[in-house]
Amino acid sequence: MEHYIIIAMVELKCSGLLKKYEGKRALGPLNLDLKLSGITSIIGRNGAGKTTFIRILATELMPTKGRVELDGIDVINNPSELRNKIAIVPQESRPIPWMTPIQIVSSYLMLRGVGLKEAKMKAVDALKTVGLDEKFFNKLSHKLSGGMKRELMLATVIASDAKIIFLDEPTTGLDPISRKEVWRVLNKLKKDRLIILTTHYLEEAESLSDYIILINKGKVISAGTLADLINSLKYPYSIRASAKRVGIRVRNGVVIKSEKGMQILTTEKSAKTIIEKLIKKRVEFSFGKVSLDDIFYTLVGKEYENEE
Amino acid sequence: MKMRSRLSQLYSSVLVNSIYPMKNHPIILLNTILGTIGVMAVVIFISHGALLDVALVGAFMMSIIFSGVGIQQDLAHLKIDLKWQDMVVSSPTSAVMYVIGMAISELAYSIPTFILLGALIAIFVHITLMVILTISAAIIVMFVMALSIGFLLSTVSSDIIQNFAFGGVLSVILSTISPIYYPITYIPLPFRYLAYLSPTTYAAEIAQNALGLIHLSSLNISLDWVITLAIASVALVIAIKKSQWREKD
Repeated sequence: MEHYIIIAMVELKCSGLLKKYEGKRALGPLNLDLKLSGITSIIGRNGAGKTTFIRILATELMPTKGRVELDGIDVINNPSELRNKIAIVPQESRPIPWMTPIQIVSSYLMLRGVGLKEAKMKAVDALKTVGLDEKFFNKLSHKLSGGMKRELMLATVIASDAKIIFLDEPTTGLDPISRKEVWRVLNKLKKDRLIILTTHYLEEAESLSDYIILINKGKVISAGTLADLINSLKYPYSIRASAKRVGIRVRNGVVIKSEKGMQILTTEKSAKTIIEKLIKKRVEFSFGKVSLDDIFYTLVGKEYENEE
Repeated sequence: MKMRSRLSQLYSSVLVNSIYPMKNHPIILLNTILGTIGVMAVVIFISHGALLDVALVGAFMMSIIFSGVGIQQDLAHLKIDLKWQDMVVSSPTSAVMYVIGMAISELAYSIPTFILLGALIAIFVHITLMVILTISAAIIVMFVMALSIGFLLSTVSSDIIQNFAFGGVLSVILSTISPIYYPITYIPLPFRYLAYLSPTTYAAEIAQNALGLIHLSSLNISLDWVITLAIASVALVIAIKKSQWREKD
């Protein structure tokens, strides 16, 4: 596993940030004051407001109300200054089919003011960094596989000198191997840039993120490092048992039953008591701190259960 | 920003929207030529060559108008289908630089047509410098108008099907109903008024009058100029005011 010293630190401040579509609230009001570095993942259900938030930050979308500052720059009133520092790969973006990878990456760099010759050299470097096979560098992009297309889109922003990179669902639709390949690139990239990404994959957020923002119904319901999120929970420990019934009364915790067995979310103190009882009853179990999956379920899932 | 960086930004759009597609798919060259020359050829054959000069100049004007209108389809494709424009919005390239780059790319697309028609006009049409200047002015105004409408429609289009519909309507208004390949007097009277719904008609009258193919009074020609300039200015102002480079909703 490679380790990097992360040097990019970026402040994100939101005050009363609100976005409505046709009168319906899609995001906010958000009030945030965060210091971000490395990889920040914005997670949430479909329609939670992740893309709206990222598009506002990337100066693509005007909010309805409120203020937002990124790296000390007013996102709403001073977008041109910010645009020198940011780059985005939008959700569902795909490479221009009538162009080759080198042509696409170099054209994007030229939009950022780089000359053609330099842009082509940087394009080659970026394509090598994302691991695209050199034999595809000069092939039309519509001939690339889905994974290679995502790598190519990633190469466009990697090639730039943007300090802040936004990736809206960068690994959606990729197979596990291609996804891991993207993770490898992102981990390499985060040493000198801030990456803000949205994802549905909690495993991805958990393994990549230095900071996590959990959004539900347009509001930030939790934000912090994974350790912060775990510590903020009432029940930060998880016991998983293969049996569906264990005959133990859980006084201080939540029991979640599933097809595969049951999970008990509880406190450290209660966990000890429960574990002793499970050992006595000879029930197979595993124990540990809660995962991001558990946090997500606890903070978001329960609300939806209550609604049903 | 340095002039060199701005030129790179302009050149990027030209590469993306004309040079690379033509280089990677040379059939496009043939398509751009046939697109405007087809109607011209029909008019020339049906008139037994009598309308050769007006049809040639008309085809030249039409290829420029198509270049302006074409920006709408191309911008919408890059924005809606490929999300390329979203990446451009978040980059240091401004809306003005992007549109100018795309406009140049649309003209670059038609260079083979311009060369062919220019050569044919030089051979078959008696044309003076004054006529060239008059027609060029009318063409530039029409190009700005088509470009403004195209940009406006592309930025407000939410999906590609809606955009196709916009393109179809625009094409009918700017090309089908205007008598650009033949004099307006060829259209029977009750329908002639319909042609005046198209801004292209006024530009066509200016060009045809300059060539001596129709004879309009100075008042009529002045009126044609006023209307053409007014429509182009209004289209430009609306495009600047209403276009959503950074989306509002």
